[in-house]
Amino acid sequence: MMSTDLRSAMGEFKVHRVRFFDYMPSGIRALAFNQDTERMAVARMDGSVEVFHCSDRFFQEKIIPGREQCGIEGLSWVGERLFSAGLNGGITEYDLTNQKVKYTIDAYGGPIWTITGNQQGTHLAVGCEDGTVKLFEVNEDQIQFERNLDRQKSRIISLSWHPSGSKIAAGMMDMIQVFNVETGHSIHRMLADRGAGTSRSKECVVWSVVYLSDGTIITGDSVGMVKLWDDQTGTLIKSHNVTKCDVLALSVSQNEDSLVAGTSEGIVVQFQFVSMVLEKDDKEWVRTRTFRNHTHDIRAVAEITTAVVSGGMDAQLVVRPLLDKIEVRSAASALRKIHFPHRRLVSCARKSGLMLFQYPGHLELWRLGESEGKGTPGSSLFVKRNPEKLLQLKVKGEDHIRCSAVSPCGGWIVYSTASTLRLYRLHCDNNNISITKISKLPKVLSSANQLCFSSDSSHLFSASAQSSVHIASLSQSGCKFVGTLKPKSGSHQAIHLLAASEDGKWLASANSDHEVHIYNLQTQKAHCTVPVYSSAVTAMGIHPATNCLFMMHADQQMFEYSIEQKQYTDWSRTVQRKGLHRFWVERDTPCLNVMFNPQNPSHVILHDMYMLCIIDQSLPLPDDKTQFYNQLTLKSLTEEQRKSQSHAFKVCKTFKDILCVELMPDQSLVVVERPLEDIATQLPAPIKQKKFAT
Amino acid sequence: MATLYEGYTLCGVGPVQNSSNIGILGVEQGRDIDYVLVTDSSRSITVYKVSDQKPTGSWSVKQGQIISCPAVFNTQSQEYVVVTDDRVVRVWKEDDVNLEKAFKATVSADVLRVLSATDSEPVVLFCCGAVRFLDSLLASPQQPIEDVLTEDEIIRWSTIVKAEHQLVVLFSTEQRGEHCLYVQRFNPNTLVKHRIETEPGLSAPISFSATCRGSNIHLLYLYLNGSVYESVLPFRSSSTGAEGVQALSCSLCLSLPLGEEKLMSGAAVVLDEAHVAVIGFPHPSAGACKDYLCIWNTHFQTLQASKEMAGRIYSQLWCYSGKLYVPHGKMLSVIPFDCQKSSLAAAMGKLKQTSRSESKSRSFVTSWTCSDVTQTTEIKSRMSTRNNVKSALTVDQLVEHIKTSAVEDVQAEVGEFIRRAPQADLQLAAGRVALELVSRSQTDANFYPQCAFLQLLETRYLCYSVCPELLSLAMVKKDFHLCQIAFQIFSDIPEAVTCACLKAILSTPDLEMETVNLDTDSVIFMKELTQAHSRSDEEGGQLNGFCPPALESDVSDTPSNKLQRDPLSLDMSCPVGLHKGALLNEVLQTAYSDRSLLPHLKDLTVPQVIVFLQYLRFLYFKYSHDAHKQIRALRTPSISQIIDWVCLLLDAHFTVLAVAPEAKRLVFDLHKFVRSQVKLYAELGKIEGSLQVLKNSKQSEDFGMYAIQVIELF
Repeated sequence: MMSTDLRSAMGEFKVHRVRFFDYMPSGIRALAFNQDTERMAVARMDGSVEVFHCSDRFFQEKIIPGREQCGIEGLSWVGERLFSAGLNGGITEYDLTNQKVKYTIDAYGGPIWTITGNQQGTHLAVGCEDGTVKLFEVNEDQIQFERNLDRQKSRIISLSWHPSGSKIAAGMMDMIQVFNVETGHSIHRMLADRGAGTSRSKECVVWSVVYLSDGTIITGDSVGMVKLWDDQTGTLIKSHNVTKCDVLALSVSQNEDSLVAGTSEGIVVQFQFVSMVLEKDDKEWVRTRTFRNHTHDIRAVAEITTAVVSGGMDAQLVVRPLLDKIEVRSAASALRKIHFPHRRLVSCARKSGLMLFQYPGHLELWRLGESEGKGTPGSSLFVKRNPEKLLQLKVKGEDHIRCSAVSPCGGWIVYSTASTLRLYRLHCDNNNISITKISKLPKVLSSANQLCFSSDSSHLFSASAQSSVHIASLSQSGCKFVGTLKPKSGSHQAIHLLAASEDGKWLASANSDHEVHIYNLQTQKAHCTVPVYSSAVTAMGIHPATNCLFMMHADQQMFEYSIEQKQYTDWSRTVQRKGLHRFWVERDTPCLNVMFNPQNPSHVILHDMYMLCIIDQSLPLPDDKTQFYNQLTLKSLTEEQRKSQSHAFKVCKTFKDILCVELMPDQSLVVVERPLEDIATQLPAPIKQKKFAT
Repeated sequence: MATLYEGYTLCGVGPVQNSSNIGILGVEQGRDIDYVLVTDSSRSITVYKVSDQKPTGSWSVKQGQIISCPAVFNTQSQEYVVVTDDRVVRVWKEDDVNLEKAFKATVSADVLRVLSATDSEPVVLFCCGAVRFLDSLLASPQQPIEDVLTEDEIIRWSTIVKAEHQLVVLFSTEQRGEHCLYVQRFNPNTLVKHRIETEPGLSAPISFSATCRGSNIHLLYLYLNGSVYESVLPFRSSSTGAEGVQALSCSLCLSLPLGEEKLMSGAAVVLDEAHVAVIGFPHPSAGACKDYLCIWNTHFQTLQASKEMAGRIYSQLWCYSGKLYVPHGKMLSVIPFDCQKSSLAAAMGKLKQTSRSESKSRSFVTSWTCSDVTQTTEIKSRMSTRNNVKSALTVDQLVEHIKTSAVEDVQAEVGEFIRRAPQADLQLAAGRVALELVSRSQTDANFYPQCAFLQLLETRYLCYSVCPELLSLAMVKKDFHLCQIAFQIFSDIPEAVTCACLKAILSTPDLEMETVNLDTDSVIFMKELTQAHSRSDEEGGQLNGFCPPALESDVSDTPSNKLQRDPLSLDMSCPVGLHKGALLNEVLQTAYSDRSLLPHLKDLTVPQVIVFLQYLRFLYFKYSHDAHKQIRALRTPSISQIIDWVCLLLDAHFTVLAVAPEAKRLVFDLHKFVRSQVKLYAELGKIEGSLQVLKNSKQSEDFGMYAIQVIELF
């Protein structure tokens, strides 16, 4: 074993390629963009709500897990407050600081199809199944029902406020109504045409409506038309046939010069308000571009400052930059597809070879397989023992799992939903698995934003409200509250990352305000705070030998901070001074794990969705002239030549669609992949489209 | 191809007296080819002039007498011979009116038949198998006749074959289901008995036909199951008959399709070496009706022509001088036929297999460049056929005209004929006309209708085997244009002829060659090829960046410092003129089999070999260097054709090239270049390996749900 490691500097790794984590992302149902904070809120079919930071490489800052049967249909920002409404008839406000539901009130109008707030931030309007448009007043800490607008005969599918806040356009079955908010009466009723031929008998559903400040009302309907209406006369100005299927979503840009429409064929069509004759002022809405990035229904679109964001049944969030609005071409202006959450769904019990997979409603515990013999690089080894599913743990209650962890020794499993935290003791005698729930947990451990075990599995750290971390000691007898770690100052944003040091002395926490606090576990006091960097921390780890905290950020920058000396290390300063290689910075998925190789202290192992990288801190950093992805070149060189060609970043692109990478104590790697093709095959069939020669 | 022409009735067939199937006893050749002697089964013998369909003489026997064998004409004595009542031989002359008054002699045994061949004494075959010449028999009619056959052996069929002044009598016998063939030869008299052995289960052969070809007798016999077997007997046999019964080896040469009805009889007669006429067997595509006369090609097993025969078929069939005599219903029909020399192409009904797409397109283009006349005339001919079909010449008339008319007239007539004749007829006629034209040209030095030949070639109904002399004629006349067209159109030129042409082309001086009018496309190709050379010389650079480093190291090995030059500035000048090059290209593109070609290639003289090799080298370099650029031409030799010819030439003249000093440089250059190419391809082979690995590594992605792999990072 030792001899093989000595043979080559980097060496061979045995890799467990795991593809049996059947993670299925949930389809996207609604999008809401907040121009002021540059946050994109995304609601999924499973009821979860996510917040992406648009100017920080679309990092998924916040995840509010969903619950069974919640069926969100609409999302709306009011100022910095986020509201959703759904088919269960309730309106929900979210506590974004603690990443949980703040409250839900019933609108008493049956299922709600749409929710929208006015630009003034004073009112929310919801469209209900019973045909009413209900207005809610947004108060300091609550919302309050104000009144109904004139009740209509059919359900309200879509709503849009006039920017002035005085009028509301409502899309319904076969028609569009324009209401005067003041009086609550309908001003105009515009009839949407049904489709020709056989579809004549089918109702025309006005899926989406947009009210522009110049009085133009734009609708997208199930006939496949985007129609423009005049709210003064209540007449149709123009109609564009976009598709044979449905136009499901519309979104207009902030300055109302561009409109995007998402269809059930998976295409996004852009319209622009341009003058037909040069230098003349009479502008018209003209269909300009078509984007095809989806395979399934697009349920939501949003035009943000420089890009079109779309999401739908295929569960990917696509950020399509509008190149005419981008001044500098950079990594930020590339097409971005977000498939996987920016959180870890897999945790590893490194010492016992167990893996815990986190699904929305259950957990799975697997034991890795074993191999026999040795193989040359590139080959597969004989699998002596197949991996084995030891346990499936179903969540009690309707809430989905927010976070979970398995202890390094494999003896403890913990998970938390929005409402409860459960800790289990796991007994594993050969092939007999038994599990006992630890009852009588300390009261403070009622819910956690993030969970983490100490490396000797003796303590559980639970990130809680106010950016605090509770410590509980674990023993055969049970779980005992030890203390709470609180930051000296700073924000109260929820913690999304925790990292404990190998020697049990330090704990680092990162919250969504980019703050990283380091606590001394022996004194249970805050040790220091890492200088706040402008980009979110996506992964971090404490080096077992040097106790340096290694942090990865959403903008792909990396920092190494010496906990003991409370300052950045020399290597980190060198990196910042020399800058990272262009190719490294341009990667479009965040690093999700930081690992260290105890046998080679200069190595830091990182991974994102597309690659696995070992950073050798003893080697020179690549500059922009060096070949960054040089593994193939190095492979063809002799040992001597390699030395001159090597640089610090060893990128392995053998794996793709990576959910998690973990280094096991025996120097083997576990790579959990979830091939996108496998996800695609499990999606419902898309709308059948006639293709040539099929 | 064979054709059956419109037939006509020669005479009626008398009422059948006996119950047998025989409508008439026989039809025999008369005093010349236009006369036949018909012996009917009643009592009369009639001589007909076939072309006039008129009887010129008729004799009958008295009531109570029976003609027991067909009458024959003894061409030596100009007398007719017939046998009545089995034993009475009667001999009479044309002007004898009454048969009763003619000479008669009674012999001591029953006569089966009198067999007569032209210009030889008739032979009398007795029922017992004995054979006598007529004159020796008549000299002593009562001479004892020995029994050759055993008691219950019956003769079923007999014939006489004559070749090289030698007569052979063949007769087949049946004895208790066993069939034998006897071959009686004269001077010395030998009788050989063969046992006809066929597959078990076959009944008796129902029809025989024998012809003499070369020094062999070809015997064809037909079985009821449709099988036609052929046996070959040597004309002169060394055996004396003492060896006893010999087995007769036979080969199946045709399987006739059978209808649903059970056949009772049928007849087959050999027309020529490849064709056989069959009656009584069903037409393969005309259902169960069996009243068809068919001509089959035994080489290709194809039906060549057929004709429906009205009325009852008697399973009798004779063939004399290009006419078939078929008794059917109540008449005896004469059906003239014509069997063209058969080639596979003709048998398939197509003259040329166009194998490559460019040659297909060529056929279109040539019709634009030089034969748009035929296009318009086709339309014209379609219009004119309605109006004045009568005015068009028949093939026979045309052939007659060719024999005598002046060149201009012949050319005009041939052109007219091609335009007028329907496509189907033209296919048959083209070969005949070409043959006639060639034979006249060969005898008459002033007669050479080049235009007519070209027109015939452009019909594309000619191929080499139809008219083999055409190409050699063109060579003799130095008509290279015709040669070129023939090379393009003929796909079946024998290797010997190809080599002869090659030799002629190489030995013709370039000056003379440049005056020849050639296919423009091929000349343009040559022009492009030579110009491309000078252009790339001006550019002075290698276009595809090909640089074999090995060449430089080779240079140092050579003593000649003349070779201290850029290894790539190979001699790229065309060693022959444009026209010669164009013709050589045509030769390169002909089909050949290398084993047959090799001995003929040895006929080339050393200078010819060197020039040809230089030209091939030129082409090879050219092609290798300008591989990226395609010269637009419809017919170009491919690189593999060029390489094949280089190999053949080197093989054929290996020693000469090794010894001849003037060849040294040439061979050296060629070797150098080939070696560099080999190295290039070896390198490409390595790349291929790497690419293969890359491809495989991409494929091996799928490993299922779990795998433990080893990766290595550097």
